[in-house]
Parts: sequence; structure tokens; C-alpha cells
Amino acid sequence: MYLDSDRRPTLTPQLAFRVALIGGVALVAFAVVFFRLWYLQVLSGDKYRAEANNNRVREIKVHAPRGEIVDRQGRPLVDNRTGLAVKVTPDRLPGDQGRRQQLYRRLGKVLGIAPARMNRAVERQLKTLPFSSATIKQDVPLPVVSYLLEHQDEFPGITVERVFLRQYPHHQTGAHLFGTVGEVTKEQLKDQRYRGVGLGDRVGQSGIEYQYDRFLRGRNGASRVQVDAMGNLKGELSVRQPQQGRQLRLSIDLDVQRVGQRALGGGTGRGAFVVMNVQNGEVVALGSQPSYDPNVFAKVIKASDYRRLSKPENGAPLSNRATQGLYPTGSTMKLITATAALEGGQITPDTVQFDGGSLRVGGVTFKNAGGAAHGALALRQALTVSSDVFFYRLGLEMNGAGNGLLLQSWAHRLGMGRRTGIDLPGELPGLIPSPHWRDRLYKKKLTDRPWTPGDNINLAVGQGDLQSNPLQLAVAYATIANGGKVLSPRIGMRIEDAGGRALQELQAPAARRLKLKPEFRQAILEGLRGAASAPGGTSAAVFKGFPIPVAGKTGTAEKGAGRADQSWYVALAPFPSPKYVVAVTDEAGGFGADTAAPMARTILAELFGVKNDEGSTGGGPSD
Amino acid sequence: MAAANPIGTTVKGFHEPRPHVLRLDPLLLLAALGLIACSLLVLGGATQDDIPGQPSFYVYRQAAYGAMGIVLMLLLSRLDYSRIREWKAGVYTLMIGTIVLVYGIGATARGSKRAIDIGFFNFQSSELGKLLLILALSAFMVDRMRRLGEAETTSRILLLALFPAMLVVAQPDLGSGLVYLAIATAVLFVAGTKWTHFAALGALAVGAVVLVLVAAPALGVDVLKPYQVDRLTAFLHPTDNPREQGYQVNQSLTAVGSGGKAGRGDQATQTRLNFLPEHHTDFIFSVVGEQFGFIGAALVLSLFALLIWRSLRILTMAKNLYGALIAGGVTAMLMFQIFVNVGMTIGIMPITGVPLPLLSYGGSSVLVTCMALGLLQSIHAQAREVAAAKGLNRDL
Repeated sequence: MYLDSDRRPTLTPQLAFRVALIGGVALVAFAVVFFRLWYLQVLSGDKYRAEANNNRVREIKVHAPRGEIVDRQGRPLVDNRTGLAVKVTPDRLPGDQGRRQQLYRRLGKVLGIAPARMNRAVERQLKTLPFSSATIKQDVPLPVVSYLLEHQDEFPGITVERVFLRQYPHHQTGAHLFGTVGEVTKEQLKDQRYRGVGLGDRVGQSGIEYQYDRFLRGRNGASRVQVDAMGNLKGELSVRQPQQGRQLRLSIDLDVQRVGQRALGGGTGRGAFVVMNVQNGEVVALGSQPSYDPNVFAKVIKASDYRRLSKPENGAPLSNRATQGLYPTGSTMKLITATAALEGGQITPDTVQFDGGSLRVGGVTFKNAGGAAHGALALRQALTVSSDVFFYRLGLEMNGAGNGLLLQSWAHRLGMGRRTGIDLPGELPGLIPSPHWRDRLYKKKLTDRPWTPGDNINLAVGQGDLQSNPLQLAVAYATIANGGKVLSPRIGMRIEDAGGRALQELQAPAARRLKLKPEFRQAILEGLRGAASAPGGTSAAVFKGFPIPVAGKTGTAEKGAGRADQSWYVALAPFPSPKYVVAVTDEAGGFGADTAAPMARTILAELFGVKNDEGSTGGGPSD
Repeated sequence: MAAANPIGTTVKGFHEPRPHVLRLDPLLLLAALGLIACSLLVLGGATQDDIPGQPSFYVYRQAAYGAMGIVLMLLLSRLDYSRIREWKAGVYTLMIGTIVLVYGIGATARGSKRAIDIGFFNFQSSELGKLLLILALSAFMVDRMRRLGEAETTSRILLLALFPAMLVVAQPDLGSGLVYLAIATAVLFVAGTKWTHFAALGALAVGAVVLVLVAAPALGVDVLKPYQVDRLTAFLHPTDNPREQGYQVNQSLTAVGSGGKAGRGDQATQTRLNFLPEHHTDFIFSVVGEQFGFIGAALVLSLFALLIWRSLRILTMAKNLYGALIAGGVTAMLMFQIFVNVGMTIGIMPITGVPLPLLSYGGSSVLVTCMALGLLQSIHAQAREVAAAKGLNRDL
């Protein structure tokens, strides 16, 4: 062993062994490190190379502006403006909860948003789309943005981004057509319809924006940038320019639309109208009152705004009464009753019936409106003066004839009680009352009595349980006017590029064809023409002096329970080969001739370019 | 053998003066120079964007430290290390003194007080302490060689190392503390301490780890700072918390792995875009891996292997026990730091903040490592001198 002198003349075997042991440990350690390096660098090099690139490359989505929507003359109805959105980038937010709350408080003061709400909004957005930036407020005014940018170090993680927002230059005009645009939902992303749409993209959520979203949405651009560990931009790697969506040309005529809504607004303020080409189903105007300014939907709508716009007390401005209304139609139904009776062989155009002012059936007396008695008359005259008794009799007879569903089946064929298939989502089918329907309700104790002939009598003149809307009436009237084509109304006309060059004509589904005898059709049209022109015609006074020959039918639907009657008018013009149908209703307008018919005249004047039409007020209270 | 002359001895060389050449180990010197050159090359690429307008800030400074280190190494190699043994108490006191001094006037860097700002660089007393501990501990060991088998000797040596280790861990500098313990173990091991003592020490170490990492936190006593515990255990599950402790490990693995066979050169985005933290100090090996790939990493490891081999060889050559113990301590210091640091960058060791000898940027680390290598050269030179003298004597 060693001596105290610290002299160690030779290497002892024990030390040699221990040194060898240390060397062995080093050898093993080096081997482990080498194998680990081989595994990491040679075997997994590609995986880590990809990870490194993933680290440094960020793809920043550049939202594409949506296509514009223009009217039939190319005037913009919906276009885009750029807004500035304040966003928050989660990985640059302070990680500390307290400091983050402080940031939200500071930001809340500047933007006028409660910090708690801001926090909720950010958390919600990040839950659906982690690692992306979350929007705090869209469309922030420039001075506020400038303040944020000048004090950037006080607002870590807060960025400003340019976004495209929808703009509706005509405000209330046509609001119900366009619909809204909003961020795509998770459920929608699973739908084939939204192929190519990514999380965070904005798509049409209702109206035309929804219907033609496929064309209107553009192709997002992307810019691949290199960032450092702090997320600072270190140069752009590649850019793909965003591509704006296609332009959509509607068959809507802005002038007719505006005049129609203004005319409707002059009534009781709640109603709807439709102007449609009877030959091809192109909708020239379609409106509902009360209306709203869709610009509130351009950003995220406030909850209070939404409540205000859907409240029934305010007339639920968001609902589209032209396609979603569920109204009895009053005497405008008589065109359908007449068609059913003629085609069903109940009468001929010249079958004379006696109108003594009332009809008594099963202990109930059905009276003419205003108590008038029109005497002996055939179909034309009955339509012209709108004899209720004449049609009561038809209703009664059709309830007894065949399977008792003659009136219902013709109403259905003409498009009542079913969706018209217009290119606007949210349409309601309405209802044609039938024995089957009422008896079933009765069995379930949802109504007080089973079907009676009185129900059919009421249906024949558009009273009672019938539920329809101006669009369905327009389709039914157009079918008579065009000789049997049951059209699917169309609003979208064609897809164009930004310069207005046509890319694709939008085709309506083929119209259903009904076989209508020309002489029957002729008789009905003549009866309607008489109503708008002959002495005693229900709307003759309204159209006095109007240069375009009009055929039209008034309607006054009783709502019962002390509520004002609903006023209706459906016009076909020009007689005898109508080009357009105009259907108007005012929920509380009273007699058809009082309110709806003058509105129809105003609309027709605009439609046919009648200058300085003095209009006319009120006809006789004869239906 | 030439034909013997009539006297039977040769007088050749008797009058020749002893050759006054430095008996340095050329391979050890080569490894050191090579590693310093690698450090400068790697730092040049890794740090050119770190300080705006001064792309060579770190390279210039590291070059200066390297030059100073080599000068110190050569100076030390000319001294006879054996004389230091007499000053062992002073050396030990100096070590404790400088460590304690840091508490008084140290500069705080990233939450820990480890260094004293002396103008040119931040003097890290825990780095110098490694060298002083080797010198003092070896000397104490030599004094007690006669009572080597006693448990008291082993525990004394261990306590002498444990005291400064606790002081630096409290700075907090966990890595250096562990290096001190590695040095003590090596000195005991080379001196020939009984295996049973090592077995007992091993059991004690396991007990301590369990106490510090499991038992104490459960009782609410934090021996280590929470971040230290997190760093120590993060390598076991790096993906658990990718934004916090696992972040460094993940970024380091990505850097090393993305280097592939031949490296990414200027495209080393993990380093250049700062994804890799501490890329000029603790994680410099990851930079080697990313910039120069498997080939570069293998070259650097080969230089380290050369260093270890030469150190162990010098251990066996030493003219006296003191030299052997010093060589053992230096070898342990180098090995521990190399494997813990490299292991950390490739995800097989915990993150302890140990620099990679000669490669990591930093004056204290470079100078102390060079001085340690200087001591090895001194042991080598002395051994050669003695061997030459003996050869001369034998010839007489």
C-alpha cells in the first residue's frame, strides 16, 4: 500500500482496475450519447426538421372579400367595406392571470367593453380555435386603433387586423332578401356544402348570402411568414393573394323594391309584397314591413339589437312576411276556388247562380261583405263584384262532391300550403285546411269541433284556417296568367365576375305544369280585369285613370276577436297577356281596396314607368 | 545493445544537461485547442443576431477568455503542483471565502446570485471552487491515506465537499453543487476507498434524492426551488407541459434532430430565431447538433473523448498520489459536466445548468477548465521529469 511519503513508484493493480472502471464508465456514456445522437439526427432527422419548420413558419390567413350583390341593372345592393378589428394573439398574452386581467381592464376602458365579457369572448373563441387569434371587437374607429398602436407595449398580445365587413348602402331596402354573414359553425364545417371553408371563415348564414354562399365566398389568401421564438415577424416566405367571391346579380329591381317598401310603410306598417314575372318566375321585388337595417349584422350583432328586432311587439322586423307569413287570404282565394270549380266540372264559365245577399247552411248564415245582394250572376261578374254568396255555394258544393277535397287539391296544385321553392331559405309552407286535418285535431282535442261544410265555405273565400302568404298567391295567380306553369320564384339571376361579365346563368328548377282549359283561364282573367276596370268592380275606382290595363283581385281577411281585417290585393298586368304579378298585403289595412290595392297601383306605376301617377284612394267596401 | 565497454557502464549523457523542454502532453493540448476553436466557430454562427450591431460580441470575448486560458494553462504546467499540497488549508479557505463573497456583493442574473462583476467578466466563484476543491480535497486525502479504511476518513472528505456544495446550491447553482460531489466521489474512488463505503454512500444518495424531491415537498418544506425540481424532472416527460419546463428540452431535441447527418449551417432556424434558449451557454451542444449535424457532434464528442483518455492516462502516470488524486478529480469534473450537459441537450439527463467545458460561452468556466488542464499538464510534465531522472539514475 501507499506510504505516508506520498510516493507512488508504480501503478498498483488496484488503481489500474479503478482507472479502467472510470474509463469503462466513460466509454459506456459516450456510446449512449452516440446512439442517442444517431437516433435523433440520422433516424429521426426528417421529423425534427419538419418540427423546426413548423416552429418558425406561420401561415397567416388573408380573408377574401365576399362577392358583391347587385340588382338586375347592376346597382350594388350589398358590397364590402374594410374595418379594423382588434384581436388578441394568445401566445403573446401575459401568462399570469392577474396581469391578463389588468390588460383586459386597460383595454376595456379604451374599447368600452366590460373586461369579464372580453375574457369570456376570448376563451370561447380559443376553445373552438386554439392558437389562432381571437377577435375582441370588430370595426374599431381609427382614433382608437391609433391609440392602441402608439401604446403597444401597454397592450401585449393585442393586434389590429384589417377585415372585410358587409355593407348595405340602401339600409332598410331589401333587408329581408340578403340575409346575414357570420363565422362558420363547427356543425357547418362537417357539411359537404362548406368544403374548402376553414375555421374562422365567414359564410352566409341566412337569406341570399346563405343560398348562394358557394359563389359569394372567395378564396382566402395566405401569407407564409417566418417568426422567431417571440413571434416577431422575420420576413415573408410566400404569399397567395386572396380571391374575391363572385358577383351575384339578382332579378330584383332596386327602384321597384324601394317604392314597394315605401308604399307598404305608408300603411299600418306591417305587411309584405311580391312582384314577380309570371312567365319565368323572376322576382322583381320582395319586401316585408317593418324592415330593419342589415348593417347591424355586419359586425357581431348586439344581443339587445337582436331582441329588439325579433320582438313581436315591434312587429318582429327580422321575419320575412312575404315568405313566412301565415295569413288567411280573403277573397284573393276566389281565383283558386274558381279554377277548382271550373276544372272539377262543378260549373261552366256561364253557369248562373243567385246571390241573395246571404247563404244559410246548417243553421249558420254566411253573408256577403257589407250585406250587398248581387242577384243572378255568372263567374266573370262574381269575380268582378266579388260575390261571396256565389263562392259560398261553390265551396258548399265542392265539399259534397267526389271525395270532398276538390278545392283543397286544386289549391295544393296551384302552390298553396306548400313551399314555393324560392331561393330564399326559411320559407314556410302554410296550411290548406281539410277534413282530415281538422278531424285529427279534434281527435287530439285540439279543436272544439270536427270538419263541417262551413269550413269548406270559409276556405272558398279565403277565410278561417287558411294560412298562406303573398308569395304563394303570386305563384297561384302567375299560374293562371301563364297558362299552367307553377313557377319556383327566383331571386338569383346570374353569377358574374367583378366586371359584370356573366359566368353562369342561374336556372330555376323546371316549372310544374298544370293542364288548364284556355276558356276557363280566359273567363277568370276577364273577371279579374272587370274587378279592376268595370263599373261595380271592387278595385275599379283604385285603378281609375291608370294607363296600364290591370286585372286584380281584392281581399279582406277577417282576423276575428276585434282585430282589424287584413287587406290584400293581387294584380296581373298588363291585361290581357300579363307580364307581372303583384301581390300586396297589409296586416291591419282593412278592406283590400282601401289599403292594399292603392299600394299595388303605386308599385305597378313604378314597374311600368308610369310618370306622375296621381294614385287613387279607396274603392267601395264591396268584398 | 552496443558492446559493453570494459567498465561495464556507459557514461554517455552524464555530462549532458537535463533537456530543458516542456514535457507537455501534446494530445491533451490538441484536444483543448480544438475544443476552443470549435467553441469560437459555433458561437460565431449562433450569436451573430443576439446583440444588434455586434455580431461578434460573444466570439471576441470567448476568444479572449480562450487565449487567457491557454496562457494560464502553460504557466501552471511549468509549476510543480506538489507544492500546493502544503497550502491546503489556505486553498480550502479561499474557496469558501469566494463562494460566501458572492452572497455579499454578487450580481443577480436571472434570479440567482452566482457571480461577482469584476469588469472584464463576471467572476463565478462556484466555477473556481471546482478547481480549489480538487486541490484541497486531494491534499486532505493524501494526509489520511494511512487511515483509508476508516469510515471517518470517507465521511470527513465527503463533508469537506458537502459544505461548499450546499453553499453553491443555495445560490442557487444546483449544477456546480453536483459537480463538487462528483469530485469528492472521484477523489475517494481513486484513493482506494473501500467498496462498502461506496455502497453506503450510494444508499445515502438515493435517500437524499427521495427526501428532496418527494418527501420534503410533501411535508411542505422546499429544499430546492420549485423551478429546479421542475427542471430536474421535466426530461422524464417533456411533452406534459410544452410551454413551460418541457419547452427547453423540446426545443433542444428539435434543434439537434433537425441537424440531421450534416447539419443545417446557415439555415439553423432553431438557433437563429431564438427558439433554442441559452444557445451560447448551457445549450451550445444543441447548436453544434443543428448547425453541423451528426458529423459535427461526433467530432466534438471525439475531442472530449480524447480529453478524457489523456486525463486518465495522466492519472496513471502521476509521480505521486497527490497528482493521481488531482487528475482523478479533474477527470471526474470534466466527465460529469460533459455527460450531464450533452445528456441534457439530447433529452436523457435533467436540466441542471452545467456548462459544457471549453465550449459554453463564459470566462469563469473557460479559465477554470484551462487551469485544470494546466494542472494535468503539470502532473504529466512532472511525471516525465521524474521518469527521465530515474532513467538517468538507472543509467548511472
